[in-house]
Amino acid sequence: MKHLIRDMYHTTLEFVRTFGAFQLFFLRLLSHTPRILVTRFDLVVKQVFNSGALSLVIIMISGLFVGGVLGLQGYSNLARFNAEDSIGFFAAFALVKELGPVITALLFAGRAGTALASEIGLMKATDQLSAMEMMAVNPVSRVLVPRFLGGVIAMPFLAAIFSMVGLFGTHLVAVELLSVDVGAFWQQMQMTVDIDDINEGIFKSIVFGVLASHIAVWEGYNAIPTAEGVGRATTRTVVITAIAVLVFDFVITAFML
Amino acid sequence: MDQHSDNLIEIKDLKYSRGPRVIFEGMNLVIKRGEITALMGPSGTGKTTLLRLITRQLIPQQGTIYVDGVDISTLSVAELYQLRQRFGMLFQNGALLTDLSVFENVAFPLREHTKLTNRLIRHVVLTKLHAVGLRGAADMMPAQLSGGMARRVALARAMVMDPDILIYDEPFVGLDPISMGVIVRLVRRMNDALDITSIIVSHDVEEIATVADRSFLISDGKVAASGSPSELRLAESELVRQFMHGMADGPVAFHFAAPDYAEQLLGRDVE
Repeated sequence: MKHLIRDMYHTTLEFVRTFGAFQLFFLRLLSHTPRILVTRFDLVVKQVFNSGALSLVIIMISGLFVGGVLGLQGYSNLARFNAEDSIGFFAAFALVKELGPVITALLFAGRAGTALASEIGLMKATDQLSAMEMMAVNPVSRVLVPRFLGGVIAMPFLAAIFSMVGLFGTHLVAVELLSVDVGAFWQQMQMTVDIDDINEGIFKSIVFGVLASHIAVWEGYNAIPTAEGVGRATTRTVVITAIAVLVFDFVITAFML
Repeated sequence: MDQHSDNLIEIKDLKYSRGPRVIFEGMNLVIKRGEITALMGPSGTGKTTLLRLITRQLIPQQGTIYVDGVDISTLSVAELYQLRQRFGMLFQNGALLTDLSVFENVAFPLREHTKLTNRLIRHVVLTKLHAVGLRGAADMMPAQLSGGMARRVALARAMVMDPDILIYDEPFVGLDPISMGVIVRLVRRMNDALDITSIIVSHDVEEIATVADRSFLISDGKVAASGSPSELRLAESELVRQFMHGMADGPVAFHFAAPDYAEQLLGRDVE
């Protein structure tokens, strides 16, 4: 019993310490952000390409099929109440407010987050970050901040593209396959989805972008500099981001209702 | 401390431990301006750690390190980075930036710290690459280079800012005899022509003997012996003789601490 309490005490202490360091690391990233945005925007653009443009294929394919599933499920359930014409606004609500930001963040963690964590971890393991320090170049501002900002900027665009392609998928299934009236599909959507719904989706995707990028950069930078350490950091990036995104989604939704 | 004394780097009463393992204790060492100084010692004695302490990549638990008369522990981050611009460091594995070409790796410090035109950067980079014999590899990526070539590119990058202090961590490992001969001569020539100070960590006793002005043999967290390579060769100390002549028997055990060999083979050590 005594051991159990002592272990719990040490685990709690370690968690608090790590969480504090995680917050301080975030402040450190933010402190370098204005200078990098002004002086080295080219590095940020490159990372927007790496995290954003290179994630487009997976985002668009996933969006298309998620939208298609919404079309099938929405139609079969709404048809019970003769409300299948409402499928447009049903899918739009689901995609813009929830599925777009959340699934994009989860896919981002799997594609771009793991790439960021493993790249930074490998740079650490092969002394590239130390070499930068020795060349009087701060690796936090030269390597970490552009990657962090790249993810933050890319995420809302990816979520928007996911939602648009998702709606296209729903349209394909509901209108083209299941013969829902095309006018009703789009009109119901226009009448019910307002700017606040879209803003909620944008806000969520920005928060998830900050979370996913911060976790990926943190895990990479603090990886144990071995093959096993980098592997673990990559796995942790996906797991922690997924949990954080779902928890924050709940909290934000609760506050915005 | 006199800013222009002969002592460029002074280490006083240094203590550094990693966890329970004490790496240095009561270490004192002086590196003279303009000389090529070799740091030698058995594996695991902390030679690379010492380089990292000198460049404040690590912070000692006790003691003081002066670089050009300045206690480096008192420097702010900005001052430290200012000081590091006077250093060039060749890492053991080269540490080239893998997303940049050979040319861009060498150009990296120039692009970060100077406002030179692209034309001028090109001239400087090609000059440095030519010096290490890799001008023709300028467009290659680090993944396409052999270990020896990567280290030569890293050497070109280390000297591209014309530093005051060049630090080499195992510069001769993985080089073929031709490259090694060229690099040894290059180290000597650069040191003399540019009036810089060089610090070399190496196990390569033969090569060090041809290039170093002064050598320090580090063992058990302290400087066990120092002097010119020829003085070390003639030293009476058993440790120095064992190291300089590569003998298996002596104060430094070749085998890591282990149970009795025969007992272990017979499985009696687990009974």
